[in-house]
Amino acid sequence: MNNPYADLRANLKRPLFVPFVVIGDPNPKESLAIIKTLIASGADALELGFPFSDPTADGPVIQAADVRALGARTTIDDCFEVLKKVRQDSSIPIGLLVYFNIILQRGIKKFYEDCKACGVTSVLIADLPTEHMHEVSDVAKRNGILQVCIVSELTSEERLKTVLMHADGYLYLVSSPSVTGVKDSVLQESIAALITRVRRNTDPPLFVGFGIHTASDVTSVVKAGADGVIVGSRIVKDIPDLKLIEVACKELRSAISFPSSV
Amino acid sequence: MKSLGQFGSFGGMYVSELLVPVLSDVETAYLDVKNDPAFQKELDRLLSEFAGRPTPLTHAKNLSKAFGCTVLLKREDLLHGGAHKTNNVLGQGLLALRMGRKELIAETGAGQHGTAVAMIGALFGLPVKIFMGSKDIKRQASNVERMHLFGAEVIPVESGSKSLKDAINEALRYWVSHSKETYYVFGTVAGPHPFPTMVADFQRVIGDEARMQCLERFKKLPTVVTACVGGGSNAIGIFKAFLEDKHVKLVGVEPAGEGLETKKHGAALCKGTVGCLHGAISYCLQDNDGQILEAHSLSAGLDYPGVGPEHSFLKDSGRVQYEAVTDQHAVQAFELLSKTEGIIPALESSHAIAQAKKIATSLSKEDILLINISGRGDKDMDQVREYLSSKENLSSSKGAGCLPAVPRLTPKHS
Ligand SMILES: Cc1ncc(COP(=O)(O)O)c(C=O)c1O
Repeated sequence: MNNPYADLRANLKRPLFVPFVVIGDPNPKESLAIIKTLIASGADALELGFPFSDPTADGPVIQAADVRALGARTTIDDCFEVLKKVRQDSSIPIGLLVYFNIILQRGIKKFYEDCKACGVTSVLIADLPTEHMHEVSDVAKRNGILQVCIVSELTSEERLKTVLMHADGYLYLVSSPSVTGVKDSVLQESIAALITRVRRNTDPPLFVGFGIHTASDVTSVVKAGADGVIVGSRIVKDIPDLKLIEVACKELRSAISFPSSV
Repeated sequence: MKSLGQFGSFGGMYVSELLVPVLSDVETAYLDVKNDPAFQKELDRLLSEFAGRPTPLTHAKNLSKAFGCTVLLKREDLLHGGAHKTNNVLGQGLLALRMGRKELIAETGAGQHGTAVAMIGALFGLPVKIFMGSKDIKRQASNVERMHLFGAEVIPVESGSKSLKDAINEALRYWVSHSKETYYVFGTVAGPHPFPTMVADFQRVIGDEARMQCLERFKKLPTVVTACVGGGSNAIGIFKAFLEDKHVKLVGVEPAGEGLETKKHGAALCKGTVGCLHGAISYCLQDNDGQILEAHSLSAGLDYPGVGPEHSFLKDSGRVQYEAVTDQHAVQAFELLSKTEGIIPALESSHAIAQAKKIATSLSKEDILLINISGRGDKDMDQVREYLSSKENLSSSKGAGCLPAVPRLTPKHS
């Protein structure tokens, strides 16, 4: 399968800036405007979450985003509608972050067909480890949707090999095993060590996320050798202020192009 | 992982990749101690010396007369701590010590499991953090005091619905970032593998004892065994021993809250659909999109939108029948056992008693009806008093007769 993330990384000759927001936060309409702002402010690819009532992999900022989205009665149909509208005027790669129950209730087949229809590039299922991944792999492949998997420094060598058999989108590296949004987790050396270890075994691009808040965090990650930087809580905390979001995106994005300036 | 802890199509380990090594360590350690005589000996010693096992099997003669069959009560209310929860926390606490963990964490809804973990934290000299929904902290002030008395830290959870399911979410989040030093004592037979299997193993002592006690005294097995189902640990605990006795009927009782026809209940098996919650595939209360709904029950220990995966399997296989009992009938049963036998049952267990009353109508004198009294009800006095007075207000404002008369509870203290 061709890999838009790898292609883009090769074309741009620099790591990708990948902001994350929850679709429907604070409501579907404003959410669309926010996503368009991300694209206009330098996003190279998008990571978009579907709201879930019990987001166990997320910290407080993204939990609050889920609460706002569900409070505005955002449905999964609404989420796909927003995706369709984003696709109408952008060809940017789009990765989804979804909890497994959302997929189960829609029906695995229908979920991936809808993803395909909306031009989704990849899906990361927050609570589906490799042990259970065969439950979706075939359907994902049939619909041309790439799978994204997560690893941390606690992932053993043996497990890493298993994960790599499943990951065909990008590999999501977290600096320390935790939930989204934790501060003080971005340690250049430990990320660099993880990247070196993973790089030995793999070709998909390596994106780093969890707890990236500042331009200097971005610089650390870029210097450590990441192919992409995923920024969630830092952006989400500025929702719904489009101006603040634009400023944050531009600042973080420029830290990728000019890492030495920080 | 050695296994995924699946019960047919239910169970599994649907967690973040980051939690897998953590759960894998627990599984390895558990399989290790499972067949280790030294571990079992230490657990047995604590169960007897500290917790007071075996618990009695009481022949409830007054209730037997009223029900028209032989009613036996398995007295987990007499276990130290006041509920079956102690069986599980002693087992997992010892396991945590074995694994060299320096801190215990746990979720709690009603505060029963939290109190039990705080209790054994004190016993084992391990610091304890209890995650508890801020809504529940208000509702269960006396249990919060008990946890504090045992030296535990109670951490209010403000996310989501601010109750049990959110406390579990928060404990899982904490665990993933503190896994090296922390052990998560899960409170019931739900959650990701290996918890459903392990907790059931620690609770099966209830049924093993009851089966033996019943055979010794009555030379036959019960016709029906019944227990309440929140997450399902006390029920699995008593059912396990009888699963192979095909002629013994097993009945699990869920909270129907204000009625199964309303939205205010917690009957995941009777009214829910199959979904993925807290790491396992099982029946749960959810909307069409898969968003998990809030449960409701007067009894805080049953107030959970999910249920252990083994129960889902036992339901679909038909081996266990699941029914539901309303708040109102549970309160009536609470008073019934208090007045007829001098035993105050937990509101949770009262659901099983209420269902037993229905079951008894089809039994005869020779039949044995075994009810698991999962806990004592002193903790529920305030809740019951409040419920009765609000119902009284309701019926007097709406006119008499809209609710069947509930005998008044006379509080011993106020
Ligand atoms: C006395 C008692 N019974 C039953 C329960 C329900 O849990 P489970 O279904 O796991 O036995 C609780 C939970 O707090 C409890 O305290």
